[in-house]
Amino acid sequence: MDYFFQQMINGLVLGSIYGLIAIGYTMVYGIVGMINFAHGDIFMIGGMTSLIAFLILVSSGLTTVPLILLVVLLVAMGITSVYGWTVERIAYRPLRQSFRLAPMLSAIGMSFVLSNFAQVAQGARVKPVPPIIGGGYTLHEGGGGFAVQLSNVQIVVVITTVVLLAIFTFIVARTRFGRDMRACEQDQTMAALLGVNVDRTISMTFVTGAALAAVAGLMYLLYYGVVDFAMGFVAGIKAFTAAVLGGIGSLPGAMLGGLAIGLIETLWSAYFSVEYKDVAAFSILILVLIFLPTGLLGRPEVEKV
Amino acid sequence: MTTAAPASTALPRPAFDVPAVLRKALISAGLALVLFSLMIGVRTEAGPAGGLVWWTRFRELVTLVAAVFIGSLLLEAGRQWFAAQPRGQFALPRSLSAALRFAARLLGPALLIFTLLLPVIFYQQRYILDLGILVLTYVMLGWGLNIVVGLAGLLDLGYVAFYAVGAYSYALLSTSFGWSFWICLPLAGILASFWGILLGFPVLRLRGDYLAIVTLAFGEIIRLVILNWQSLTGGPNGISGIPRPTAFGIPLTPGEHGLAALLGIPFSPTHRIVFLYYLILALALITNWVTIRLRALPIGRAWEALREDEVACRALGINTISTKLTAFAIGAMFGGFAGAFFATRQGFISPESFSFQESALVLAIVVLGGMGSQLGVALAALAMIGGFELFRGFDQYRMLVFGFAIVFIMVWRPRGLVGHRAPTVFLNTRTTISSDLVKEGRG
Repeated sequence: MDYFFQQMINGLVLGSIYGLIAIGYTMVYGIVGMINFAHGDIFMIGGMTSLIAFLILVSSGLTTVPLILLVVLLVAMGITSVYGWTVERIAYRPLRQSFRLAPMLSAIGMSFVLSNFAQVAQGARVKPVPPIIGGGYTLHEGGGGFAVQLSNVQIVVVITTVVLLAIFTFIVARTRFGRDMRACEQDQTMAALLGVNVDRTISMTFVTGAALAAVAGLMYLLYYGVVDFAMGFVAGIKAFTAAVLGGIGSLPGAMLGGLAIGLIETLWSAYFSVEYKDVAAFSILILVLIFLPTGLLGRPEVEKV
Repeated sequence: MTTAAPASTALPRPAFDVPAVLRKALISAGLALVLFSLMIGVRTEAGPAGGLVWWTRFRELVTLVAAVFIGSLLLEAGRQWFAAQPRGQFALPRSLSAALRFAARLLGPALLIFTLLLPVIFYQQRYILDLGILVLTYVMLGWGLNIVVGLAGLLDLGYVAFYAVGAYSYALLSTSFGWSFWICLPLAGILASFWGILLGFPVLRLRGDYLAIVTLAFGEIIRLVILNWQSLTGGPNGISGIPRPTAFGIPLTPGEHGLAALLGIPFSPTHRIVFLYYLILALALITNWVTIRLRALPIGRAWEALREDEVACRALGINTISTKLTAFAIGAMFGGFAGAFFATRQGFISPESFSFQESALVLAIVVLGGMGSQLGVALAALAMIGGFELFRGFDQYRMLVFGFAIVFIMVWRPRGLVGHRAPTVFLNTRTTISSDLVKEGRG
């Protein structure tokens, strides 16, 4: 039972990271109806910039860990949002009126561009960092020498996720930008007629998604202590699975789906086999799409002729 | 020239709006500065002690930002200059455009003759023969995927899975049972098409983007299983020592029973290369021929109808289930053939050859070729693989350029190089439909 609880904790932490990425997918899908294939690589860029900012800050003599983390978070969010904006501007905006396949292929191209740019710029080897936040608590000392651990990193990841989600939900529900976004999601032409700047709203959606992906990147760096240029692809597909599982277009659904995928993956690795954990995640994607295409919290899509 | 009026009279406004151009270039440079500040300006690498070390690269950063500034300046200036030109300036005279159309019609046959003669012309240049084999392999894959994506309109991002199934089928059957290439080739095709149907069944109800993602996941699952099922596939080490093909039972070896000895000519290793070349050419041409024939059959027309509108298809009583499954199966079968060929040519296969990038490459070939146009796919394969060869020296920039190429092509010509769809069935006269008029088949 202790082992199970430990896996639950690990799964929830992993799930919050997936959830943060999944929100980016679901927002973009909701507003422009395309799968932003490059989003996983935006997450990777977030992790990379976090790492670099962190290294610079540490060697500049700063020792207060919370301050360092806050600065790194802001820097990573800022730079990664610019990446999100640029990708949308270059690869997606010219194709908005085009046929459905075009933005998707362009996104695949952009995904290659981002991951290979990171490889060229920062080298192909994985980049390890020493544990930034150490320590933790032992929750329960079970029999057989196994103890349920809750590390400080895990606490930081979950708290950051919750705080950012609260801010994000507030933005979507209460601010002008959130209203514009929801309006564009429902009917872009009508929103434009009512004075909403559709182009800017779509851009801002990408920027917001990228900022959340940057947070996920930093959390990944803190939790696993390693980033590399290729990590965006698999993480991206899993986060997309999360978005679909939760019901694409639904923001709470994305978070819920993320948690579910994180849990399933962790439990699968713990009880079955680590090698096939990605196979498990992809199989879930296929199963969900076949049997539950609208996801847990999604609306059914009605086809009009 | 037919345009008699000089261009200057039709140009009342100035060609350049200098402040606007400068402003745009400055904004681009500023963006580039932010984008590259950490990623290019700082380089990290694992140090000798295991920890990360970093150093600054301000010169590269400044160079790149300057390059973006100048590039944006030129681009914006070029765009303004182009927009200021009067319309119709670039219309070709009628005789020339007729000649061009005639040449375009001759392009296919000319290309075919050149391909047939290539081993004769370049018999001594092994490099060109190898490149030719590679291009033809991708032409074949492109034509195979074209059935699924171009004709039936089913976006398949996991095509490389069937390629892998074909390759591993041949490798395993020949190394464990010693079966010859000519027995394994049809088997590889059948097994791949079986997997195609297996994939096709669950995704019958899916459309568009969802279909793409499921096929992608399917391709990744196949790759991961191959990678992890060590006892069968050798895992990441792959399978080596795959038998070379024989000319219908006669080995292409220097031995007594080799083809060279039987024909009474001196042995040369080039024979095998030339044989492989003609083998893949034959396979590719069969793919092409089958596709062209199928297009004339009811099933081919059902595919095209499905691509244009699935709901209308159903309303007309077309069995969409069997239509989709046959498209998957036949496309997968040709992928399996190509895979078996790949295995026998390389003599060694490993999961690395079947990554998502391969799927994306083949899909890019099909889309660049205009989705549905056989000649376009062949030209696109030539351009893509040829382009890859140009970047042979700079391996790490290759995928970067490839990615940019896809984005650029999509933005510039979303419908591909040969961007019109000639209907197979027509009333009285064959009129080409402009690609802007047809909706993308979302089935």
